[in-house]
Amino acid sequence: MLNIKNLMKTFNIGTDYELQIFNNFNIHINKGECTAILGANGCGKSTLFNIISGVLMQENGIITLNGRNINKLKENERAQFIGRVHQNPSAGVSPSLTILENISLSDKKCQKFTLKKLINRNKTEGFKEILRTLDLGLENKLDTEVKYLSGGQRQSLSLLMATMNKPELLLLDEHTAALDPKTSRLVMEKTQELIKIQNITTMMISHNVRDAVKYSDRIIMLDKGEIILDVKNGQITEKELLNIYNSRNYGSPLTEAV
Amino acid sequence: MNTLILTSIEQGLIFSVLAIGVTITFKILDFADMSVEGTFPFGAFLFARLITTGFSPLMSTLLSFAFGTFAGLLTYTLHIKLKIQALLSGILTASILYTINLRLNGKSNIGLFSYGSIYDGAEPVIVLIIIVIVVKILMDIFLKTEVGYLLIATGDNETLVKSLGEDSHKYKLIGLMLSNGLVSLSGALMSQYLGFAEITSGAGIIIVAIASIIIGDTILRKRSFLKTTTRAIIGALIYKFIGAVAIDLGLAPTDLRAINAIIVILFLSYNTFSPVKMRKVKEIKVVEEAKC
Repeated sequence: MLNIKNLMKTFNIGTDYELQIFNNFNIHINKGECTAILGANGCGKSTLFNIISGVLMQENGIITLNGRNINKLKENERAQFIGRVHQNPSAGVSPSLTILENISLSDKKCQKFTLKKLINRNKTEGFKEILRTLDLGLENKLDTEVKYLSGGQRQSLSLLMATMNKPELLLLDEHTAALDPKTSRLVMEKTQELIKIQNITTMMISHNVRDAVKYSDRIIMLDKGEIILDVKNGQITEKELLNIYNSRNYGSPLTEAV
Repeated sequence: MNTLILTSIEQGLIFSVLAIGVTITFKILDFADMSVEGTFPFGAFLFARLITTGFSPLMSTLLSFAFGTFAGLLTYTLHIKLKIQALLSGILTASILYTINLRLNGKSNIGLFSYGSIYDGAEPVIVLIIIVIVVKILMDIFLKTEVGYLLIATGDNETLVKSLGEDSHKYKLIGLMLSNGLVSLSGALMSQYLGFAEITSGAGIIIVAIASIIIGDTILRKRSFLKTTTRAIIGALIYKFIGAVAIDLGLAPTDLRAINAIIVILFLSYNTFSPVKMRKVKEIKVVEEAKC
C-alpha cells in the first residue's frame, strides 16, 4: 500500500536553526488497516503527513502508493489518491459556501471543473442521503453557509467530503483535537463507520492513547523522527502504551479524559 | 440639481463596473490588488489608442477589456511565480502601467471629443444601464459555474481547492485577469464619457472601488439574498451620490479625495460600532460580569 523508503527531511537548511526531522526513515502501511501514529509535539508526525500529501517536499526518499511512485506529483495531483482531514474544522470546507455547494464541489473532486452550472438539483436527494448517515440533521440545512455550523458539524462534513470518492489513503491529522470530548467521540465513531464500510486505508495522528487503542489496527509511536514502537493492536494495553509514551517524552501528560 | 443627479447616476454606473471588478479580488479572493490604480487609466489610454487608430467605439471598448486582463496576468506572475507580496505586486504592476500608459499615446492627456463613443446616438445613462446589467448577469452566471465556485473557494480556503485536485493558483489567475479586465473596461467607459483620457485618473481609484463595496455591504447588510454584484452596483451609485452632494454643498473637487477616504472610514466604523453590534458587545460584557 503506502511505502516510504529512506526518507530524509531537514528544516531551515543552511541556517543556525537547521533541524533534521527524518534521517533514513522507512515505513510501510498495510492495505485496509487503520494505523494510529502517536508521538509528542515535534516528533515528525505532521511533517510525515505533509510529505505524504505533498505539502512539503523531502530531500531524499521514495514514496510509493499502491506501487506507483508519487514523488513527483504535486499536492493537488496527489489528492486523487489521498484524502486528508485537518485539526482545524474549517480547513476541509469552504466556510462562505453552503453545505450543498461544498458537497457538490467535493462530488466533482478530481474531475474536470468546467463552465457548467455546479449545483445539480437532481443530485440533491443523493447528497441528503449521504448527509443523513452523519446523523447531525445536516440534510435539512443544505442551504446554510458552513460558517454557521458548529465545529463538530463542520468537521463531520469535512470527513464526509474527504471520503466521498473513496481515497486510497485517508490521513486524519488530529481531526478530533479541536472538539469537545463528547463531539470528539461522536466524530471518531462516524470516522470509524465511514472507513470500515468503505474499507479505507487510514493513518491517524492522535494525542489520545485511548482513541489509538480503541480505534486502530496498528499503533506506531514516533520520537525524534524514528519509530520507537510498532505493534498490532491487542499486543499492548493502554497503560503500557502510556508508560512508554511518558518515559520517552519527558513525562508529557497524555491522559485526556474522555 | 437634475443634471447633478443624472451625472452621479451615470458615473456611478461606470464605477459599478469598477466595483464589480474589484469585488473579485478584494472580496472573493481576499487579495488587495493595488494594480487597479494603473489599470483604470490603462483602460482609458487603451481606448484612446484604439479609437485614434481607427477601431470602432464598441470594438475599442471591448478590446480595452481584453487587454486590461493582461494587467492581472502581470500581477499574478509577480505574486505567484516570483513570490512577491500581494500588495507590492499590485503596486509594481501599477507603476509599470503608468509608463505604459504614457507610452501608449505619447502624452498624459488626450482629448477624445473628436472621436466616436459608445454613447453616440443614445442617452449615456441607457447605454450604461445596459452595460452594467450585461456585466452583472454574466458575472452572476459565472459565479454559479463549477469554475466560479472554485474561485470563491480559493479565496475561502486554498487547502480545500488543492484537496479537490485543482491548482488554486489557476483560479487566482482567472480572478485577477477578470478583475483587471473589468477595471480597464470601466476606465474605457469613463474616458469616453468625460471626453478625455487622463494619466492621473487612476490615483485613488482603489479607494473609490473599496468605498463602493463597503457601502454596498453596510447599507443592505441584513438582506442576505442580495448578490455581491448587486451590492457593488448599489454601493457605487450611493458612493457617487454622496460625493456629488458634497460638491453641491460647496466643497471643491480637489477636496474629493479626502471625502472619499472619510466615507470609507465612516462606513467601516459604522460596521464596527453600529448600534446593533454595540448592543451585542454590551450584552456579552454584562454576561461576563455576571459570571465573575
